[in-house]
Amino acid sequence: MNSSSPTGQAMSHADDAGHPAPQSFLTRYVWSQDHKVIAVQYACTAIAVGVVGVVLSNLMRLQLGFPGQFDFINAERYYQFVTMHGMIMVIYLLTALFLGGFGNYLIPLMVGARDMVFPYLNMLSFWVYLLSVVVLMASFFVPGGPTGAGWTLYPPQSILPGTPGHAGGIVLMLVSLLIFIVATTMGGLNYVTTVLQARCEGMTLLRMPLTVWGIFVATILALLGFPALFVSGVMLLLDRTLGTSFFMPALVSMGQVTGYKGGSPLLFQHLFWFFGHPEVYIVALPAFGIVSDLISVHARKCIFGYRMMVWAIVAIGALSVVVWAHHMFVSGMNPYFGFFFATTTLIIAVPTAIKVYNWILTLWRGDIHLTVPMLFALAFLCTFLIGGLTGLFLGNVSVDIPLSGTYFVVAHFHMVMGVAPLLVVFGGIYHWFPKVTGRMLDDRLGRLHFWITFLGTYAVFFPMHYLGVLGMPRRYYNFDGYKFIPPSAFSLNEVITVIAMIIALAQLLFIVNLAWSAWRGRPADANPWRAASLEWQTPTTPPGYGNWGPRLPVVYRWAYAYGEPGAAEDFIAQNAPPQAGAGEPEPEGQSEVRGAPA
Amino acid sequence: MIMAVALLLIVLGSVLFHVFNPWWTTPLASNWQPMDDTLTITLVITGIFFVVINLFVAYMLVRFRHREGHRAAHEPENRKLERWLIGGTTVGIMALLAPGLVVYANYVREPRDALVLEVLGQQWQWRFRFPGPDGKLGATDARFVSATNPFGIDPGDPAGQDDLLIPGDEVHLPLGKPVLVLMRSNDVLHDFFVPPFRARMNMVPGQVSRFWFTSTVAGRYEALCAQLCGVGHPNMRGYVVVEDPASYQAWYAALPSFAKSQAKAPEAPAAPGGPAGGGARVEQGRALADAKGCVACHTVDGSPRVGPTWKGLHGKTETMADGSTALVDEAYLRSFIRDPQARHVKGFPPVMPKIEMTDEELAALVAYIQSLGSPPAQAAAEQKAAR
Repeated sequence: MNSSSPTGQAMSHADDAGHPAPQSFLTRYVWSQDHKVIAVQYACTAIAVGVVGVVLSNLMRLQLGFPGQFDFINAERYYQFVTMHGMIMVIYLLTALFLGGFGNYLIPLMVGARDMVFPYLNMLSFWVYLLSVVVLMASFFVPGGPTGAGWTLYPPQSILPGTPGHAGGIVLMLVSLLIFIVATTMGGLNYVTTVLQARCEGMTLLRMPLTVWGIFVATILALLGFPALFVSGVMLLLDRTLGTSFFMPALVSMGQVTGYKGGSPLLFQHLFWFFGHPEVYIVALPAFGIVSDLISVHARKCIFGYRMMVWAIVAIGALSVVVWAHHMFVSGMNPYFGFFFATTTLIIAVPTAIKVYNWILTLWRGDIHLTVPMLFALAFLCTFLIGGLTGLFLGNVSVDIPLSGTYFVVAHFHMVMGVAPLLVVFGGIYHWFPKVTGRMLDDRLGRLHFWITFLGTYAVFFPMHYLGVLGMPRRYYNFDGYKFIPPSAFSLNEVITVIAMIIALAQLLFIVNLAWSAWRGRPADANPWRAASLEWQTPTTPPGYGNWGPRLPVVYRWAYAYGEPGAAEDFIAQNAPPQAGAGEPEPEGQSEVRGAPA
Repeated sequence: MIMAVALLLIVLGSVLFHVFNPWWTTPLASNWQPMDDTLTITLVITGIFFVVINLFVAYMLVRFRHREGHRAAHEPENRKLERWLIGGTTVGIMALLAPGLVVYANYVREPRDALVLEVLGQQWQWRFRFPGPDGKLGATDARFVSATNPFGIDPGDPAGQDDLLIPGDEVHLPLGKPVLVLMRSNDVLHDFFVPPFRARMNMVPGQVSRFWFTSTVAGRYEALCAQLCGVGHPNMRGYVVVEDPASYQAWYAALPSFAKSQAKAPEAPAAPGGPAGGGARVEQGRALADAKGCVACHTVDGSPRVGPTWKGLHGKTETMADGSTALVDEAYLRSFIRDPQARHVKGFPPVMPKIEMTDEELAALVAYIQSLGSPPAQAAAEQKAAR
């Protein structure tokens, strides 16, 4: 199936006359329908809310490192910090930034489209996302404060007295999530449709950069997974406000028999993790895609095993919807589920390992430039490696039983879906900033930011695994009087807190760099990294409205034409004329699959 | 180059940290040695993988670093190598999974001759129950839960009458005997976790969850909650004492049955505070504090938990959340217990429930709290030191 026929192209935005570029400031930068502006709006909002998330993590670390030293951090506030930190980082920062930020900016440019196929819906997606952030932040200011139920929001606890924010906070949290899901769905439908329908001539699915593949499959997962969160959010909201009993069995709260009966707390957990596990890959797959492109460009070598990489992304995406209950090995569900979910979970390690091998084999006999984006990509490799390997502990049910709910879990998921994707976010921003703004980010600030962030996060989370093996439970306000925890563990917590605060401060370097370079940075070439993929081949930098000037590009090869034997330069752009040579490796004996014009 | 050195240092540092750091599993005290073994297998296999991959990347960063005039090799794919890598990884994964599933099969298969222990979780304390001579636990339901029947045992179920209820937060178990732990919750999710036993499970209101283990080392072990259950989550502590069968039998023989505890309950209000009733009334208050669950949040040893400790509370001046202060006297205690939401003490979450009790009971409870009072200055100093 090839949608890039010349007629299809003519029907899409073949000339700019039908869509004059908006002139007023409001329509250009505020109510903009341009995917590039919307991407920047998404990214700036996500980074701003991410700053709140980082501050919350530091407040939490203050209590863990120096318990009782800070009067304003009482138990209630601690749990509120924990909950809001988790929710902000996973949903409002990472999901929004990868799909709304990177997805929005890169998909049309990388597949050679003028914009998303539904620009108005795209604009709406951002504003609805912003509304969800506003509602989320409002929960800090309602009586009782935001919810402190933990980011998993497990009932019955999340809606009963005894949990901070059980009055207003939890309601706003659920409402905010529902709004966020509306935004993600609007954005997601757009990204999927754009990838399937708006690719330029010659851009077959198997010529798309892996970044697009990662975001594409992640978006499909979001469209499948978020509805499960949506319905569980609605049901929990009804349990909380109208007294229904979807998740609430007959129970006693604070000495009083409640009116609830017949509901199932485990049902919520199943629904939550049916969303929650794909969510890990909603964050990870775009990171996988982006890091593949960073490594290939900066090692000046075609990505190793491109088709295997695509199939690995698709296989991981498919498997990710049948592994959810590995989060529930000790939840009290039917114990025989454990066999199935442990097996599927460990199977998913195979395609994931293939990706790691192929990144490494891309470096083999490469021409490695240690630019700032490349440093972040390599740091991702190291961090993701340890995070993925510790996943093999937690996915294997009998190893998980003693480790579940301890700091081992905290260390694992921060490595694998906190730090690793964020390193890719940074790498991606250092890589594409010149295209977005036409200016380079400062290299020295970038390197300083890189070293503190990479080594710091490793020093924070690596030792934390050992506290978990010892049996220290997570989500504890303090550990007063537990004798099985030696005093040395508390010294370690002090050290971790100090490092965490240094890392948080180092993020200021990044923000200063962004702000300063956007106005005063060194002007960038159109293609400063000499990359082959289409987004670097726009007629102007930054790309203008409609991206491609009067004529859409035509693509003649894949996005990884680096180090081609006999070529004049060490890369050949995707849209360079066919006589420039170089094609993607043909599949064994089925070259007729190619949809490219001769 | 610096990146290659950094990776080398990370590998070296991680390995040295692993060897020399003081934190590892608590000494095992149950039959679940196989869980520790699968942990070791996983650690060795993944550890080797981690070291090899990182060293290989570090090598490549030096070997294939950018040099002027040098170009990358052209190698889009290598089918043979890819197949080998997939095959090798699959074998490695199976080597991890197979022992894990075998151990899990044992975990799921419960021994038939196990001693049955029920653990009940509630915010924020543990309760324990044995089935008694008939070997059957009485039926329970949330609607039976009251201050005098915290387990919610159905008073009409004959199987429940001989159930043995353990007072306090400490349960004893005989050494070397398999124990089947049945777990319930009256309110929210909890998780009964004794790190040296390894085995554990969540407790979920509305259902019974279970796990089993056999103790192998005598001792007194800390039990803690490992599933977030509200602001008092870290305070939910209990103890499991593993001892030789003779000591266990002596302890077991003294446990009160459910029928007995119910028979005693109506007597409680029948002990009015006569002129000589002071000591008895304090004793009645102490029993009430346990039965009504007050001790889940209020200690008598000076350490604050979810609520202020009762040691030295009477006679002290408390600061309220709104900044005002109040002297804790009999009237304060009575009004606070009657309407806990009217005002809030600074530094503590406003979660105290209104617990129904008669005037007699209230008088007894207040008398008990008063008996724990101490001179204001000393109390204030202790409270401060404890925080």
